[in-house]
Amino acid sequence: MSILKKLATGFVAAGMTISAMSGFALADGHGWKPNKPIDFIIMAGKGGGADKMARLMQAIVEKEGLAERPLVPTNKSGGSGAEALIAAKSANDPDHTIMVTLNSFYTTPLRQPGLDVDVMTFAPVARMAEDTFLLWVHKDSGITSFEQWLEVAKSEGKNWVMGGTGSNSEDNIITDFLNDNFGLSMKYIPYKGGGAVAKDVAGKQINSSVNNPSEALGFYESGDMIALVAFTDERLPMFPDVPTLREKGVDFSYFMQRSVVGAPGMSAEAEAYYSGLFEKVYNSADWQDYKSKKSLMGDLMSGDELMAYWKVQRANHETILRASGAIQ
Amino acid sequence: MEVLGHLFEGILIALEPVNLGLAIIGVIIGLFVGAMPGLGSVNGVAILLPFTFVIQGFTGGATSPMIFLASIYYGAMYGGAISSITLGIPGASTAVATTFDGRPLAMKGQAHVALMAAALASFIGATISNILFTGFAPLLASVALNFGNPEIFALMLLAFATFAGLGGDDFPKTIFSICFGLALSAVGFDIISGEPRLIFFDIQGFSHGIRFLVLAIGIYGIGEMLWTINTSRYGSSMSNVEVNFASIVYALKQFKGAWKGTLIGSFIGFFVGILPAAGATPGSLMAYGVTKMTSRDPSKYGKGVVDGVAAPEAANNSASTGAMLPMMTLGIPGSPTTAVLLAGMVIWGLQPGPLLFTNQPDFVWPLIGSFYISNFVAVAVNIMFIPIFLWMLRMPFTILAPTIFVLSLVGTYAAYLDMFDVWLMVLVGFGGFFMRILDYPVAPAVLAIVLGPIAEPTLRQTLLQYETFTIFFTRPIAGPITICAVILIFLPAIQLILRKMRSKA
Repeated sequence: MSILKKLATGFVAAGMTISAMSGFALADGHGWKPNKPIDFIIMAGKGGGADKMARLMQAIVEKEGLAERPLVPTNKSGGSGAEALIAAKSANDPDHTIMVTLNSFYTTPLRQPGLDVDVMTFAPVARMAEDTFLLWVHKDSGITSFEQWLEVAKSEGKNWVMGGTGSNSEDNIITDFLNDNFGLSMKYIPYKGGGAVAKDVAGKQINSSVNNPSEALGFYESGDMIALVAFTDERLPMFPDVPTLREKGVDFSYFMQRSVVGAPGMSAEAEAYYSGLFEKVYNSADWQDYKSKKSLMGDLMSGDELMAYWKVQRANHETILRASGAIQ
Repeated sequence: MEVLGHLFEGILIALEPVNLGLAIIGVIIGLFVGAMPGLGSVNGVAILLPFTFVIQGFTGGATSPMIFLASIYYGAMYGGAISSITLGIPGASTAVATTFDGRPLAMKGQAHVALMAAALASFIGATISNILFTGFAPLLASVALNFGNPEIFALMLLAFATFAGLGGDDFPKTIFSICFGLALSAVGFDIISGEPRLIFFDIQGFSHGIRFLVLAIGIYGIGEMLWTINTSRYGSSMSNVEVNFASIVYALKQFKGAWKGTLIGSFIGFFVGILPAAGATPGSLMAYGVTKMTSRDPSKYGKGVVDGVAAPEAANNSASTGAMLPMMTLGIPGSPTTAVLLAGMVIWGLQPGPLLFTNQPDFVWPLIGSFYISNFVAVAVNIMFIPIFLWMLRMPFTILAPTIFVLSLVGTYAAYLDMFDVWLMVLVGFGGFFMRILDYPVAPAVLAIVLGPIAEPTLRQTLLQYETFTIFFTRPIAGPITICAVILIFLPAIQLILRKMRSKA
């Protein structure tokens, strides 16, 4: 029994020490600090690119002990992010609600004015990276260059099938652009996630895709899938032989933001706290390693700078969606 | 033989004290997470994912963290059966099919038989799929690649057909039940058009769709409890089980008769598991359907048949190993839990894909070795705990009923931390109760809710791409599956017409 007693005393002592330490941590710091677990909304389903990245962020925070309270991730993937936007907008405690977003952050409120979401009311915590897009085909297609791809896709007409994640999404926007700009009539099939799209290109169920590097990397390394063109401003270090669309004389590049935002109504102090937190995550070796391995671009951005970036991006997306007829 | 060498080395690494310890802890955590209604392997794995960074800090590689998470996954597959059998609430969505016959067995005083059958069938299912995985992983990965949208839809159709084609049940009522389930599964945002559908009264909770777990707990937790209260107003209808040596020997003997269900479950589970997008829940439901359909007396099912417990339990364990295959070799998760594991692999710095086996043998083989080890640990721990689980059954109904009620409420909330789900669960419970009073089979609706979200997008993606229904008959893999499904679907209808004609004549 004495062992039990000792154990119990030990636990109590440990508990008191921990609470005393956290008390100190609260006392010695300055400014706002979270006083309960932080809601960490992920604007995508489990297992997708955004989800992996969000869980990496959470793991880094945990590993390095960066936050006073844990991040509690919840996936809200419904309606191209509409579910997540509504949840963040109606959060009871905006100071403890943050969200990982992508480009549906602009497009979903534009396409669904009924949601009554103004993205400029969200707190600009941090832009952690910009994801890139490439055009992929199966190696057995025999296509080795973008010009050749254009020729084949044109002659195949609507029998040329492009897969992508969701409708009116990033992938759909690029597909629409290629169709309009090069006189193609490819068919676009929306999928639930980028992994499934890459798998169906590798399995020759569909003809091509515009996957992010992180989604297609496994099949690229195995040699099943090849990249023909990058939708970036400069060639990607991981794909030095893949030309950009700009090199082909077309003024088009497209990126997907990987940002963390605070719920509307978040206090300035809380926003500053989270910006500081995610700056530490951004500068961690794990994040930098992931960024270079998955061919991510874009530097850290927060505050007014991020707001300005959103304004430009939202305007761009409005133009794109109007041109494709997705909004009137 | 090279494979055997790799496997042997892998098992040795998995047996290292740290890894073995992690596997045992993982299995026990999994067992309880799985047994707790609402919490399934996916919650357990997601909650403990950040903790694996700590393990990685100690051990270096990605192997030990993965062994830990994989054994939680495994343990939960075993654990799910426990509450399905003893309380009648599915411990996890993967164990819903286990309630169909596990609960009636427990009501007949055969809970020990059901629990033993669940443990042994799980063990056999996992072993068979481990062997298949070890021997044929690269080959099976290419099979999974050949399964495009038309093939997956054909398979879903076959799954519906096995349920509609079951003898014993009222055919029109079964069809109604399936349609009802499909309608519920359509709630939420449409993947193809991105438009909201069936968002009743503009309630935000409907936008994420009706979660399967909410329905399962509602129907089997609340609904069954109401049904029990309704049918046995005077005390418990549960008979007690004496735990002694003789009863264990008896349970083992009973399991001998369940070899067929175990085998069917093992193979169906594995095959469904390796297909991306499906996972252990459809696998176990399909295994149950096929076992029932191929049995000599399908009408006994749902009233307490050992095969009816063995098949889904073998299948969900088998499928959980199978689901590791597309995760590792194709980088796409075969189930919600493997989606979280996939995120884990990325965090530990691994690149899933066809080259994983060649590039990362130090990760792959110890992990496969740990599948075998965890499986042994899980079956041993599970059987040791059986007397404790049986003890739960001795609670008088006046205590058991409120316990089930509280567990249902807590479990539903714990799964997604959403109060809307809790209210919906209670509503569904009453709905399920009235369906039983009106003698509608509930299982087909449950199946439809699981398979609907897979069947609908694959059907529409196929039609978008090929613009014709004949594609389901002309593709080499999809064709035979579709034809089987169509025959099965019309079989009861034909029988019904024949019987009517005969009775008139």
